[in-house]
Amino acid sequence: MGRRTMEPFLWLLFSAGGVLSALLLPVLVFLFGVAMPIGWIAAPGLDHLRGLIDNPLTSLVVLALSVLSLFHWAQRFRYTLIDGLKLKDHHRLINVSCYTVTLVGSVAAAVVLWQVR
Amino acid sequence: MNNPPGDAAYEPRLYRAPVSILWWLRRRSYFFFVLRELSSVFVAWSVVFLLLLIRAVGRGGGQYRDFLDWSATAWVIILNLVTLGFLVLHAITWFNLTPAAMVLRLRGQRVPPAAIAGSAYLAWVVVSAFVVWIVMRR
Repeated sequence: MGRRTMEPFLWLLFSAGGVLSALLLPVLVFLFGVAMPIGWIAAPGLDHLRGLIDNPLTSLVVLALSVLSLFHWAQRFRYTLIDGLKLKDHHRLINVSCYTVTLVGSVAAAVVLWQVR
Repeated sequence: MNNPPGDAAYEPRLYRAPVSILWWLRRRSYFFFVLRELSSVFVAWSVVFLLLLIRAVGRGGGQYRDFLDWSATAWVIILNLVTLGFLVLHAITWFNLTPAAMVLRLRGQRVPPAAIAGSAYLAWVVVSAFVVWIVMRR
């Protein structure tokens, strides 16, 4: 029963994560994952990036982006496993695993952002 | 379920057609749907990649340099190119769905779905340009 009443809340987190990841992740992965490694643009200096992350607003946005994106992942991935691979019998295990990964990842994100400051 | 067919208790009430585990390969739209759902794996990877970058920045010049070298290795570049493809798929399918998820009314008139999707794309462009600006400005 408990899980049933959680569903609307989880869908809300899923949607928030969907919006934030769609708005922010393509440009970030393009810059740091493709354009800079290939050498299209020069990587910014350490001090500049440090200054960015030192801004509390940046930390807050990155934390929200990380946590909500992970909830977004959990919602889609568990349904992909349950429906896509026909693992309905194991839905409890799948749900618990996905949200455990999400919670561990969220704590890890908070720790990383905390240590940088 | 294991009762012999002659048993009175053996009386199946529902028939379920068996579905192959590869049901999503049978139609293009199904395949596309699964691709869209799989984009979430790359969303999660992007978060990990970003946090690795931030951790390296926090640990100083040596670690930051190591991160840049690692991100320039062939397999990481290939992984991130694939990731970028899935992220764009995620963003486009997500913004295209906004009018269905969000019905807005202005002065009693329903805001046309194209206007809602258009604003979502505009927000995408503005946010992306802003991120490029704050990352690249000197």
